[in-house]
Amino acid sequence: MEVLKVTDLSFDYPDKSILHRISFTVNKGDFLCIVGTNGTGKSTLLKLILNRLKPLEGRITLFGENSANFKSLYKIAYVSQKATSFNRDFPATVEEIVSLGLYSKKTPLGFLPPESEKMIDDALETVGMSDYKHKKIGRLSGGQQQRVFIAKALISKPEIIFLDEPTVGIDIKAVDSICCLLGELNKKGITIVMVTHDISSILYHSSHVLLLFEDGSSEMITSEQFGQSSVLSHVHHHTSEEEFIPKSMKKRL
Amino acid sequence: MEIFTLGFMQRAIVVAICISIITPLIGNTIVLKRLSAIGDALSHAGLAGVAIGLCFGFNPVFTAILFSVISALIIEFIRTRFTNYSEIATAIVLSFAVGIAAVFSGFISNSASFNSFLFGSIVAISEQELIVVVMLAVIMLLTIVFLRRELFYIAFDEEGAELSGVKVKRINTLFTIITAVVVAIASRTVGALVISSLMVIPVACAMLVSGSYKQNIILSVIFALFFTIAGLIITSFYDLKPGGTIVLIGIATLIILLPFRRDD
Repeated sequence: MEVLKVTDLSFDYPDKSILHRISFTVNKGDFLCIVGTNGTGKSTLLKLILNRLKPLEGRITLFGENSANFKSLYKIAYVSQKATSFNRDFPATVEEIVSLGLYSKKTPLGFLPPESEKMIDDALETVGMSDYKHKKIGRLSGGQQQRVFIAKALISKPEIIFLDEPTVGIDIKAVDSICCLLGELNKKGITIVMVTHDISSILYHSSHVLLLFEDGSSEMITSEQFGQSSVLSHVHHHTSEEEFIPKSMKKRL
Repeated sequence: MEIFTLGFMQRAIVVAICISIITPLIGNTIVLKRLSAIGDALSHAGLAGVAIGLCFGFNPVFTAILFSVISALIIEFIRTRFTNYSEIATAIVLSFAVGIAAVFSGFISNSASFNSFLFGSIVAISEQELIVVVMLAVIMLLTIVFLRRELFYIAFDEEGAELSGVKVKRINTLFTIITAVVVAIASRTVGALVISSLMVIPVACAMLVSGSYKQNIILSVIFALFFTIAGLIITSFYDLKPGGTIVLIGIATLIILLPFRRDD
């Protein structure tokens, strides 16, 4: 089943053209990683899909509906890079932050449904943060905060989660555990679309990789194909991120 | 305690309670959105409105509300043009308002009346103003309570709120108008120059000792009530300016609480 379809999408910033006639499809249960060097438009692509920016050309559909008119917001969730820029003194508990994910379920007078307490507990248990329910969000580490933000995304039981570099600024151990968590969520049937620089999450958890190039073009490959190019680059002792991009694509970088 | 039987003092206490409840409710959102200076800009805009009202013989409270609301909308407009430098908006409006207030205050024959808006005056509140303040406070309170979840979401993550279906632009505009009205009506009691402090200091005190967002809201209202009531009582005994007294009590409380900051 098709959950996201991008057709001939183009976008320019006033001083730079970044996405040119991009097309790809994400099906239910896919785990797509969006990869590219800085400035190739990874985060911009997410913003276009989420209707935060208007495309120059092209069409984006979510669950068959044009993304500009998409009304079933409970079906999608978004996790930003917030953990890296979060204010330590923000006076809210983990429970209060996760409850924000139930916004679409609130009554007209702003009350949450009676089952919200259990839903919060379940979401926190899924991400392994039950013990931190009453802690202030600003007192947690970056990795723990990101787990809470994933719980906030999960609580509305979305069918697809978009993540914008969720592991940036987080220590390596926490990165691994977040990647494993995302892999487990994907196995439970949640479709995941993630902008990332993290190679392990691509190699071990994703099903597809969307490569964005500096000339504005793109190519969708499977994670196995990506792995082969990655292994190849390891053999040649390369470390920079663009070396993980298949050789056939390199000339276009 | 005989002073509390006097009509003007009773009016001042009622107005102080209204202001102490709604000001920190607004202050919570303003502080968490890192827009603490907006109160300053709007109170100066209110002052410009007062100067024009007194100059041309209009009710200064109404011209203050009008000027604050217009300024609030200008701030919101400029803010959308400089998304990453939103404090530019408050600086521009503040400078403009100070300019107008300075120019028109020179033409006011009764300077004592203008001064009462600068630093507040408990004797300045008429029966008519009391009714206006109470009615506006009730409307503002109901609006904020009704939008509590949206305001919390926007303060936490504006982008995430919009993606979840919160009408961020509409609520931001409405909230800025509410702030402008509250600043304008509160400037009569505590003074235009100190009203922004009453938005920020109770919230800052609450942030030091609260364990959650809900607690932060409740504690900030309790702190604001304590500052204003204590300020009015002290003012009535020692003939001090209420605005300055209220703010100094707030600052003293903040200093006392600093070592007790919660770190859990």
